Amino acid sequence: MLTIATGNKAVAAAVKAAKPGVVAAYPITPQTEIVEQLAEYVTTGELESRYIPVESEHSAMAACIGASAGGVRTFTATSSHGLLYMHEMVHWTAGARLPVVMANVNRALGPGWNTWAEHTDAFSQRDTGWLQVFVGTVQEAYDATLMAFKIAENEKVLLPVMVNLDGFTLSHIMQSLETVEIGDFLPPFHLPHAIDTENPCGYGPMTGPADYFRFRWDIERSMRDARGVIADVEREFAERFGRSYGPTEDYRCEDADVVVIAMGSLGKEAEVAIDRLRDDGVKAGSMRLRWFRPFPDLDLAGREVVVIDRDYSFGFGGVVAHSIRSKTGIEPYSVIAGLGGQEVTYNDIADFVRNRCPGEETWFGVSDHV
Amino acid sequence: MSAIPKEEYLYKCTSACAGCSSSLCLRYVLKAAGPDSVLVVPACCTSVIQGIYPGTAMNVPVYNIAFAAAAACASGLSNALSALGKETNVIVYAGDGGTVDIGIQSLSGAFERGTNFLYICYDNEAYGNTGMQRSGSTPLGARTTTTPGGKPTAKKDLDRIVEAHNPPYMATACSAYPLDLYKKVKKALSIEGPKFIHILAPCPPGWRYPTEKTVEMGKLAVKTGTWILYEREFGKLAISGPSKAAMKKPAPLEDYIKGQGRFKNLSPEIFDEMRQQVERNIQRLSREEAGVC
Repeated sequence: MLTIATGNKAVAAAVKAAKPGVVAAYPITPQTEIVEQLAEYVTTGELESRYIPVESEHSAMAACIGASAGGVRTFTATSSHGLLYMHEMVHWTAGARLPVVMANVNRALGPGWNTWAEHTDAFSQRDTGWLQVFVGTVQEAYDATLMAFKIAENEKVLLPVMVNLDGFTLSHIMQSLETVEIGDFLPPFHLPHAIDTENPCGYGPMTGPADYFRFRWDIERSMRDARGVIADVEREFAERFGRSYGPTEDYRCEDADVVVIAMGSLGKEAEVAIDRLRDDGVKAGSMRLRWFRPFPDLDLAGREVVVIDRDYSFGFGGVVAHSIRSKTGIEPYSVIAGLGGQEVTYNDIADFVRNRCPGEETWFGVSDHV
Repeated sequence: MSAIPKEEYLYKCTSACAGCSSSLCLRYVLKAAGPDSVLVVPACCTSVIQGIYPGTAMNVPVYNIAFAAAAACASGLSNALSALGKETNVIVYAGDGGTVDIGIQSLSGAFERGTNFLYICYDNEAYGNTGMQRSGSTPLGARTTTTPGGKPTAKKDLDRIVEAHNPPYMATACSAYPLDLYKKVKKALSIEGPKFIHILAPCPPGWRYPTEKTVEMGKLAVKTGTWILYEREFGKLAISGPSKAAMKKPAPLEDYIKGQGRFKNLSPEIFDEMRQQVERNIQRLSREEAGVC
């Protein structure tokens, strides 16, 4: 069905289609619309799910852990400080191998209080063992949420998935949305290690160094296997529903001398900038990085790279720029832009490319380069 | 005692300290709950008592969860099992640190939401798992490793906090009265909604008394009126048998205090304050039971 929706409504519609047994959530700007919509679906009976209105995000993820371990499909949504408040349980979900799906509406962190888009919240969960995907459109928010359940619940993965969408620039803008009849795209939830009183086990007890080490390696092995599972699920999604995705969304990259790498809505904005640059004779392309964990292999050989980071690791640099540097050996031009919702237009992005200084870092609107 | 089943759900050879009364309590809790039960356990002595992976001393599933999260995790689990049409008992078994202090928010949330589960706090009045630091449940005057001069403030009244949530069933119990505990767990699990049992669980290394005195220590707590056994069903209070007699003529408080190293060198002023607190509690609960409020 073709309609128009906000990014938040699109996520809620995908969750409804996935029919979770439990949704446990706490509202936080700009995510609130997702959980309001899900509460509405449950109240009207459009979604037969248990909605647990928890008293904090720490409890939201703890309730998701209990529900998923109990053997039902489980969803939550959060943002910014909510995500940080649940940080302990975010680690726990992955360690307990529970395929919880969470939408994270990317938002800056205080102080000062700022509810606009930034990716530092998601990157602060980088080492938790969650898969992380970043979407660029309302349609993709819907599609990625549906696929997230299928990827997370695959027995080769059994790790939680975080679907990231930019606060306000995606969560609250309206775009066209085509919802699908998912049919058997999502099989019934089956967790091989669900709690079973017929087979009593200790879940997550004290564990000595040797076994603990093995469990950590199992997470990494599944993270590696997840690359293939993601590709399979995205291929099946394309065959069934006609929309295809990959680890990156490449735009006019084939013959590009310079490639812009960005995530989320800035990654889509970069496509307009590329058209402008091409009009001016600059052979530029863009590569919107969709998957952050597992981090994809990127083919950037022989190209200059401009990385736009909507995040920062203080005392070090942009997280994406560093990731590109360490994965490819290329010294990118690192632009820090869009923090706390700072406006970045396609003209600005075109200027980043025109004024690029490989190996250097620029804070857009603060330092001298741009 | 003949009513108590012979089946064991807590095996021998746990990692509990000698004379551990909370593992004794857990044995009776599980006998009352039976095999179709799941324990949710935050960081506490029980996370050690169950043994180290891949071994387990329990023959019911035990879900270990982070310190602050037990009641919320149980909310999720209870909802999931109910969505699947199962009638499994979901029981949180948490120490006083994970209940009175760090876990109180999620406990309050789960009770307010009306989660169908039983929350049991076994209270050894300190952070026993980490070597006896003070908790909010440590009583006035008690020496712990973080209150070496004796705790200057009173024990947090957890039961009145839980009572304010109006749960359909709440009770106190003590490890020295296992049949009373057994019956209370049975009754709690027969009622829909959030239930709460607060067990006083004397701790030999923490309270500094000889291991063989663990049952005697619990009995003295009740006989002196320091710990009062009762049930509150749908708001109505009933004092339990062992406390009825004790409240009419309490044993001297000295009998309870003198055997415990943690109360060594208690000042007369603090002791007097403790005695007044005991008297106030006895009067308050007696009046409530008699309907004089």
